[in-house]
Amino acid sequence: MITASRSEAAGHRSAARRRWAAWTVLLGLLMAGCGTRELPQSALNPAGPVARAQDELWDLVFWIAVGVFILVQGLILFAVFRFRDRGGDEIPKQVAGNTKLELMWTIIPALILVGIAVPTVQTIFELAQEPGEEALDVRVIGKQYWWGFEYLDEDQQGVITANELHIPTGRPVFLRMQALSATQPDPGFDAAPEIGQGVSNGVIHSFWVPRLAGKQDVVPGHTRTLTIQADEPGLYPGQCAEFCGLSHARMRFDVIAHEPAEFDQWIADQAEPAEAAEDGLAAEGEELFQSQQCIACHAIDGYEAAAGTAAEVRIGPNLTHFASRRTFAGGVFDVNDEAQLKAWLANPQAVKAGSQMPNLGLTDDQIDALTAYLYTLE
Amino acid sequence: MNAVPAESPRSSLKILQRPKAETGLWSWITTTDHKKIGVMYFLATMVFFVIAGVEALLLRIQLAVPENDFLSPDVYNQLYTMHGITMVFFVGIPLGASFFNYIMPLQIGARDVAFPRLNAFSFWVFCAAGIFMYSGVLLGGLPNGGWFNYAPLSTTVGPDVSGYTVGGGSAELGTQVHMGRMLLYSIGLQIAGIATLASAINFIVTILNLRAPGMTLMRMPIFVWMTLVVAFLLLFAIPVIGIALWQLMFDVRFGANFFNPAAGGDPVLWQHMFWLFGHPEVYILILPAFGIISEIIPTFSRKPIFGYTAMVFAGVAIGFLGWGVWAHHMFAVGMGPVANTAFALTTMFIAVPTGVKIFNWIGTMWGGKLRLTTAMLFAVGAVAMFTIGGLSGVTHSVVPSNYQQTDSYYVVAHFHYVLFGGLVFGALGGVYYWYPKVTGRLMNETLGRTNFWTLMLGFNLTFGLMHFVGLWGMPRRIDTYAAGFGWDLLNLIITVGAFIIAGSVLLLIINMASSLRRGQIAGDDPWDARTIEWMTSSPPAHYNFKEVPQISARDELWHRKHAVSEQGDYVRVPAGGAGTVVIHDPDTDIHMPDPSFYPALAAVGMPIMGWALFTSGTGMIVLLAVGCVITVGALFAWAFEPMAEEGH
Repeated sequence: MITASRSEAAGHRSAARRRWAAWTVLLGLLMAGCGTRELPQSALNPAGPVARAQDELWDLVFWIAVGVFILVQGLILFAVFRFRDRGGDEIPKQVAGNTKLELMWTIIPALILVGIAVPTVQTIFELAQEPGEEALDVRVIGKQYWWGFEYLDEDQQGVITANELHIPTGRPVFLRMQALSATQPDPGFDAAPEIGQGVSNGVIHSFWVPRLAGKQDVVPGHTRTLTIQADEPGLYPGQCAEFCGLSHARMRFDVIAHEPAEFDQWIADQAEPAEAAEDGLAAEGEELFQSQQCIACHAIDGYEAAAGTAAEVRIGPNLTHFASRRTFAGGVFDVNDEAQLKAWLANPQAVKAGSQMPNLGLTDDQIDALTAYLYTLE
Repeated sequence: MNAVPAESPRSSLKILQRPKAETGLWSWITTTDHKKIGVMYFLATMVFFVIAGVEALLLRIQLAVPENDFLSPDVYNQLYTMHGITMVFFVGIPLGASFFNYIMPLQIGARDVAFPRLNAFSFWVFCAAGIFMYSGVLLGGLPNGGWFNYAPLSTTVGPDVSGYTVGGGSAELGTQVHMGRMLLYSIGLQIAGIATLASAINFIVTILNLRAPGMTLMRMPIFVWMTLVVAFLLLFAIPVIGIALWQLMFDVRFGANFFNPAAGGDPVLWQHMFWLFGHPEVYILILPAFGIISEIIPTFSRKPIFGYTAMVFAGVAIGFLGWGVWAHHMFAVGMGPVANTAFALTTMFIAVPTGVKIFNWIGTMWGGKLRLTTAMLFAVGAVAMFTIGGLSGVTHSVVPSNYQQTDSYYVVAHFHYVLFGGLVFGALGGVYYWYPKVTGRLMNETLGRTNFWTLMLGFNLTFGLMHFVGLWGMPRRIDTYAAGFGWDLLNLIITVGAFIIAGSVLLLIINMASSLRRGQIAGDDPWDARTIEWMTSSPPAHYNFKEVPQISARDELWHRKHAVSEQGDYVRVPAGGAGTVVIHDPDTDIHMPDPSFYPALAAVGMPIMGWALFTSGTGMIVLLAVGCVITVGALFAWAFEPMAEEGH
């Protein structure tokens, strides 16, 4: 047995031991990771029928891959240990090949792949089907670097949010997605610029809520569609998955699923216009909203500007119910974090690179007043 | 015009002299020896490998903990972009070229490649492209749109339309910064493409025309076959990206609208063109490693490659099928179910020839006598790691599941198993295997084994864990992430793994450098190998073989070392074969290509023409003219320079 040099064999054994130790530690860490942490954005934790269909295919292929992995690595390890050179000068048999074996390992993998292909193609076509009448119609707007959501159903028109998409449970939601320029007004769903209309329409983004559905790219000049659905009420985080520039990492959003009745109530609340500010500081902020040119980009339904015009420009997010939201600035900051909101108003690029909201050079007093006003927009 | 007689000493272009330096810097700059060019390719590749590695470490420091501000988003985007570009175009492709250059002519018994000066030209143009690309450090920033550089982010819109962040508040300045970075990308890669195309043609002609007598196509080593397949892939793929880059350059610099949706272009067109090149590119990167593995495993198993014909045709099949799978990078773009189905099926079936290769390598080891040298460890490690990348590749082909995986860290894990696990492990096997042929000395095996096992550990920590963070919802190309998604611990371990890889690469460099002087003298055939590059001296003389061997079998050298006994077994015979009878005085009787100044000079003009586009008006015209005069002048001199005088 010990024809090979003793120290070499010992060296090899200890190398193998080190390797196993490393793998054991690794697996331990992974299990700890799985067990103790929540994975709110995990594709392996589906919360609706679309993501589940995708996950079921994953499960099928994953276990086949594990089987092939064990077979191939097992064969490699076996060959390495069994056929090591143990001295002697006999020459191994010079086998040039074996047609039967080679045919076998061509045909069997091909058959396994056919087995994977059939459910894959079925699911591709199932997922490509548009949902029926019962679906909720929502428009998704991708801009550098935030998401807008506009409810398109007749009784919900005018409800527009940013960075959070509220949906009812148990009902498919049909998303029609458009990429738009960050610096140009949104002309509305039907008038969104198509290819060749001379209007810039931004860059490619990708809409991804892993627990509800896989990605769908949002491509300028095209309207892309995706169906999502949630089983249970809850918060499902998502984010942009196609590199879109400086703040690609800060282009997040939440999908918030409600029981249907609760959702109807939410829609009713959101359909209300904003109320005029009452108290002194907020009223001051309300004025600044116009005089400092916030109004040049942001819409607030019900806002009455001094000249009698409305705040309805759709370049930045619609702020009508700003204070009812969880986050702002592309889903990265907590709305209730007043200091953060003030830092944002003071210098948007300092807290979010590449933000297309200009630095207006506001004074601290102006920022205090604007903040007070924004918090009245519930 | 080409009637100027090269032999005439009274040539009207006598002003053009062949360089005479045989040692020192000029002998390298003017060399046309495929071995010297191969070594230079390798060294340049190592420089870029270290640069890309440092970039990766910086990225990993930034991602080690959530909400980190070690790198600004702008710097992060430049670094991840350059990591990709550098690894693909300035490490992957030239690493293949370095092995092709050095090894392939030796394996086919040629004295050099078919076009020696064109070969030097390829190398210098490749260097010029790298210098041009990294000149962005001095010119307002490096490319920052990803190596894939999707329009319209790369063309009309840019990452900061208003210039608030990158333009100091000025939209115009922001646009200028953006344009400069995209020019680096489009022109830099076009220059690199010229280098690659030239060498592809060179390798094809060399393999088809310069094989030793008796070496039929089906007697060529698998490595030579893979060189041929890769050269053909390059020949057809580089023009595709060349056209796309040309269009991109026109969109960026001259206001064309190929990819501008506002003016009727379509950004999806860029994706199709990019991946129509980009996917064959994956095979361009991995097939050289397959070739290297197919040389190492038979040598150290003491058996011929199992299923030679199947290995050849599997490689060719991968080359062909590689053209029909590009849109699997685009399943989430919204191409519709029919297109997605078509590309899913082609993608699945490219796994079949790949599987054939893996099983044939195992078949080669089966029943052999395995010597687990460092080269063999790397080759077997490459098979094992590539298998994991291949399997995750099959999971990508399942389109509905791919919607979840694409653009997540799961994909990053996948292609690093293919390219680092396959290409880098395979190439390192090649380094340990052929280092004694190139330098005449063996590398240190103890350091080598440490190099292998630490790399294995660091590699699996880094990229193995990326599968998990990806499936747990972490997208690619984000410069930071919030805590609370369950990604924190794994990202920290991934960063630790990246530093283990760096340490291991340091061991490799130390080993290569120290073995140069202290390594054990190798001799002609230190591994008891099977192919004819081991028949000549280590390092080979500049003419490679004193006498070109007559080839009568695959594994020619092995057959020369063995005879068939009366029982039909192979028995060892005393080493003999070619080279023992010297019928020439090789230094005078073998005609070898002369060195030349002009390939390197021709390369110098190209980045100058590229930099011209950064300026405008007179400056642009002057720079364009200077670059053009240098390149065209050098090509002219190249065409008319005389042969070196005999007996110098």
